[in-house]
Amino acid sequence: MQPLTLSKVAVRCGILALVLFVVVVIALKFGAVPISLYGLAKDLIGVLIGHSSNISSEYGMIIREIRLPRIALGIFVGASLSVAGTSFQAVLRNPLADPYVLGVSFGAAVGSVLALIIEPHLTLRPEIAAVFTPLGGFIGATLTIAAVYLLGRYHGDIDSKTLLLSGVIVGSFFSAMILLLITMLPSSSTRGVAYWLMGDLSTPMPPILGWVLRTGFFAGFALIYLTASDLNLLLAGEKEAMHLGVDVKKVQLVVYLAASALTGLAVSVSGSIGYVGLIVPHLMRMIFGTDYRMLLPASAFGGAIAVVIADTMARTVAAPSELAVGAVTAIVGAPLFIYLLRRRLA
Amino acid sequence: MSAPRGSVVERGAQDGSRMNADVRLSVEQVSYAYSPNPSQAPIFTLEATSFQVRPGEIVAVLGPNASGKSTVLRLIVGALQPLSGRILLNGAETHLMEARARAQKIAMVQQESQLLFPAKVWEFVLQGRHPHGKSLRFENSDDVTIATNALRQVGADHLSDRWMDEISGGEKQRVILARALAQQPVLLLLDEPTLHLDIGAQVDFLHTLKKLTAVNRYAVVIVTHELNLAGEYADQVVLMQKGKCLRVGTPASVYQRDLLEQVFQTRLTVEQRVNGRPKVSVLESSE
Repeated sequence: MQPLTLSKVAVRCGILALVLFVVVVIALKFGAVPISLYGLAKDLIGVLIGHSSNISSEYGMIIREIRLPRIALGIFVGASLSVAGTSFQAVLRNPLADPYVLGVSFGAAVGSVLALIIEPHLTLRPEIAAVFTPLGGFIGATLTIAAVYLLGRYHGDIDSKTLLLSGVIVGSFFSAMILLLITMLPSSSTRGVAYWLMGDLSTPMPPILGWVLRTGFFAGFALIYLTASDLNLLLAGEKEAMHLGVDVKKVQLVVYLAASALTGLAVSVSGSIGYVGLIVPHLMRMIFGTDYRMLLPASAFGGAIAVVIADTMARTVAAPSELAVGAVTAIVGAPLFIYLLRRRLA
Repeated sequence: MSAPRGSVVERGAQDGSRMNADVRLSVEQVSYAYSPNPSQAPIFTLEATSFQVRPGEIVAVLGPNASGKSTVLRLIVGALQPLSGRILLNGAETHLMEARARAQKIAMVQQESQLLFPAKVWEFVLQGRHPHGKSLRFENSDDVTIATNALRQVGADHLSDRWMDEISGGEKQRVILARALAQQPVLLLLDEPTLHLDIGAQVDFLHTLKKLTAVNRYAVVIVTHELNLAGEYADQVVLMQKGKCLRVGTPASVYQRDLLEQVFQTRLTVEQRVNGRPKVSVLESSE
């Protein structure tokens, strides 16, 4: 009997952080302008440990202004979507739950697009205007998960297949809504249909939005992590969890809201990147087991790593043109979904 | 398979003269009505039911399907709120307790746990320590000792490193019982714990339960269909039919042929054995 300890979690997270760092360095190297991997790693470590404050001026501007912000965006979007998927899987007791499959991402996209349409008609202060789109995303995500949850309930219990089917139908409905709403957006908007339906990390965003994304992620993650022990018990069912002292209603409410907030935030800045919340938690379960106290941080790091890798591929495989990052995650994720579904049915 | 006899069992037999101060669980005139729609008449009602359970005592709630057995259990565990009457555990109403505080005192053993992802036996048993700490917690060495002891007490310590979905039904029930023991409860509730077990595993399970109840002084309420196992292992039985509590008393006093025939709608014989325990045999149908 060797229970999980806080130090075990910390060590494993340290290893994952190291993997993330290596992936980030490699991702920084790839692009139109070639950069030496060795020189870049040396400069970055120098900056990180405080020995120097500068990345070589030859490529410093490209790194700082173009690649690093995009990678940072990928890290927080990936971590948010992955943690949201991991959380939905526990509260819905469905290992195939994922913000994209459940239609929550599309609900968040509709909310975000609506916010973009309404925003010019309101006279908002700049800092409120900046968070208006993520707020729309959060509201869209929350309403969608509530709808999918109610549609997926049958005789008071969540029916796994009905739930997934409801998610797919709700998602399809919202995709159509997005197509319709996009026509109402001002033509100056750089975010097209592909952005909202497939996800894309190439659109630069204002710094304040980056701050909202980071703060939102840490707040949402902290809220969900506080329920990690409860989520372990919820995996065995609501009644069992209640008998073991879990305040089931409260935990569900907190996790639904926090996971919806993470999805809404991620979608409002990157569109609907699919399957991250499905692929990553499954891989992490294989490596670290099913204990949510370990799985949640592992999913956060794993999601960050996965999206940064996927985006690097999206930038490079068809260079000089770019793929949407969501196309890469879907190419990997959709077959995995089919495989997991078949295995479950068997 | 004879049950250990002792003061616990004898006290159960002295029905009338028991002291109230010793009562751990007191179900007092509890009624309940269930209707799927508040505007409609209830489709199930539980009429006023009363019984008491003392430390070290096993009370079996018996009855055919839809007699209200499981409703009684859900009322005791606080998942339902009584329409009238009250349920006191050491003097406190169970449905008013906060979930965590309640789980420190009441442990529930259900038929089978449906796990979403595979778990090791020891991980499962450690879950029983969840009520004893903050919401987010990492188990310490005390928790490990308590969980190890719980597994040993149910005779399942050798299963510790096995996966939950690899062990037999009988072994799984023991592990679920071990998790309940790890909660260190004062009241143990069991809902048809032997339903999917073969007869050998049923006897094994109840024998272990009887022994642990005497040693750890749990108050135990067990819901079951098994007349003979309840007759053998329970100190008191509560006989239910269609939401009515018909009789409360020792198995010997409740197991009357006419009464059981009427409740279970079948012809049977009741034999009072030398150990004071009744034995029920079902006769062939008269039709």
